[in-house]
Amino acid sequence: MPFDTSSALAIRARGLVKRFGTFTAVDGIDLDVPRGTIFAILGPNGAGKTTLLRMLATLLRPDGGEATVMGHDLLAEPDAVRGAISLTGQFASLDEDLTGRENLVMLARLWGFGRAAARERAAALLAAFDLAEAGHRQVKAYSGGMRRRLDIAASLVVTPGILFLDEPTTGLDPTARTGVWALIRGLAASGVTILLTTQYLEEADQLASRIAVIDHGRKIAEGTSRQLKAQTGSGALHITPLGPSDIAAGALGRLSGRLVHRSPEGGELSVPVRDAAEAQEILAALGREGVGLADFRMGQPTLEEVFFALTGGPRPETRP
Amino acid sequence: MTEIALEPPARPAPPASVPQAEEMAPSLAAVTAVPRPPRPSALANALTFAWRAVLKFKHVPEQLFDLVMTPIMFTLLFTFVFGGALAGSPREYLQFFLPGILIQTVIFNAVYSGVGLCTDLQKGLFDRFRSLPVWSLAPFAGLIVGDVLRHLIAGAIILGIGLGLGFRPEGGIWGTLGAVLLLLAVGFGVGWVFLVLGLLVRTPTTVMTFGFTVLFPVVFASNIMVDPATMPAWLRTVVELNPVSHMTTALRGLFGGSATTGEVALALAAPAALTLGLAPVVLRLYRRA
Ligand SMILES: Nc1ncnc2c1ncn2[C@@H]1O[C@H](COP(=O)(O)OP(=O)(O)OP(=O)(O)O)[C@@H](O)[C@H]1O
Ligand SMILES: [Mg+2]
Repeated sequence: MPFDTSSALAIRARGLVKRFGTFTAVDGIDLDVPRGTIFAILGPNGAGKTTLLRMLATLLRPDGGEATVMGHDLLAEPDAVRGAISLTGQFASLDEDLTGRENLVMLARLWGFGRAAARERAAALLAAFDLAEAGHRQVKAYSGGMRRRLDIAASLVVTPGILFLDEPTTGLDPTARTGVWALIRGLAASGVTILLTTQYLEEADQLASRIAVIDHGRKIAEGTSRQLKAQTGSGALHITPLGPSDIAAGALGRLSGRLVHRSPEGGELSVPVRDAAEAQEILAALGREGVGLADFRMGQPTLEEVFFALTGGPRPETRP
Repeated sequence: MTEIALEPPARPAPPASVPQAEEMAPSLAAVTAVPRPPRPSALANALTFAWRAVLKFKHVPEQLFDLVMTPIMFTLLFTFVFGGALAGSPREYLQFFLPGILIQTVIFNAVYSGVGLCTDLQKGLFDRFRSLPVWSLAPFAGLIVGDVLRHLIAGAIILGIGLGLGFRPEGGIWGTLGAVLLLLAVGFGVGWVFLVLGLLVRTPTTVMTFGFTVLFPVVFASNIMVDPATMPAWLRTVVELNPVSHMTTALRGLFGGSATTGEVALALAAPAALTLGLAPVVLRLYRRA
């Protein structure tokens, strides 16, 4: 491996700052990403996720702070950093006019594979990413999910020490999303450190062993998914009563001791709960009171609810 | 920021409905186990980008249509509509006009490489290139190879049509070769202007509109279409100072076999100055981003 393996951290960043004119997009972020883990950066639109990733990938020069990536200093050895990372940007960075295969062959050639080896490499990647059939088609004809897979494949032409994935599943349908999740888990299992950004708590929860929540360019919380949930509550209990919803709402409010939220259509009632055990108690009590249920489910807290819990208030507007 | 007590990181178990990592892992493990090749040379990087430029011609042949149709229209229109009035006969006018239209074609062609660069930047393709450990000039080498091919193809088609209509290069094969080299030098020099524009402007259509808006007066206020002898004095001065006129004069001289070293040197002055002045700017803009 071309990178130094002495440090247990894939990324160690201290006080990273990036300004665009007078606007500070990243405002002093510290990050410790252990090797071999999946680390998620969770934040809403405009939080500074892309800017942070682009700095760590040597595409933007930080205005302050320092970082080492796979043991290489970001500012002093950018070329060594580039050799140890791969970035899959928020928007597919592929040549749309070329075929999927040609895109991969081009990148393999740029990394130094010979002619035959590059073709072999492209074929292996296309097969592994379920794109063998589509390899001869121009990328402009690909679906969103295929593009995403090709884009990730393009980041694995040589195996990086760390893979940056900027919102890897935004805009994908549920099937394509689970496909990409499976891919990410598989990659992590094969030893690649992964730093991904997402706007969905559920995605961070599904994939990452650690989550940093950022907003307005600052980190507002960090921990394991379990730690974050302990702080934000696991979410809400949603029920659809069989009988009149006013009676059910009254019972639900009394039993949970919390404010009941009605869905706009009026069919569903929700209350925030600490954990699954509390939800179970409430459901049992509803049963004892004779409130029949057509349906019930537990929902993950939304990003809004996470912010509410972490900052004690609704998220202020991003832009004045 | 909220501090949360540390506890050993535990990866949550994926729910049963999600395809398990193990399903993908075998094939992925195989693709991630391949050793890295040695770092390629700068030349190898540049050749890969050149290969990409050639592939573009294969996949997007329409771009050539755009490139060649305008000059063909110009050649036919000017030769047959104005030719008689401007030079006595269409044949004679073609003899005068063809070198000029070649210069115009090459200059307009240069706009397209700026548009291509801007598209690549907008699509995020250059983010990928810039995050690779490759020679930082290599992507531009690819663009330049694409340009040269475009100039050669468009030039050959127009010259072919010209020869069919009766254009005769009296300078013979060597004169014509010299003319082709001068054309490439002009295209190369002017190309830098549009690479800078492609790096500065955000949308490809803006590069196109802005490029042509600037180029039209520069190209028309030259001796490409008419001899400036009939123009008002102030305009004649402009035309005579216009580098495009020097390029056209030298090209006519090369085709006609009468070019002087001085004429060729004057024609090359602008492309040389543009290259020396703008190549470093292009590199700085590319690295900065
Ligand atoms: N090149 C730039 N020039 C000026 N402002 C910028 C630039 N890039 C980003 N910004 C601003 O910096 C802030 C953070 O942007 P960034 O793209 O990092 O957010 P993000 O978290 O990735 O958002 P999203 O979820 O929408 O992708 C935004 O307010 C954005 O408008
Ligand atoms: Mg973003």
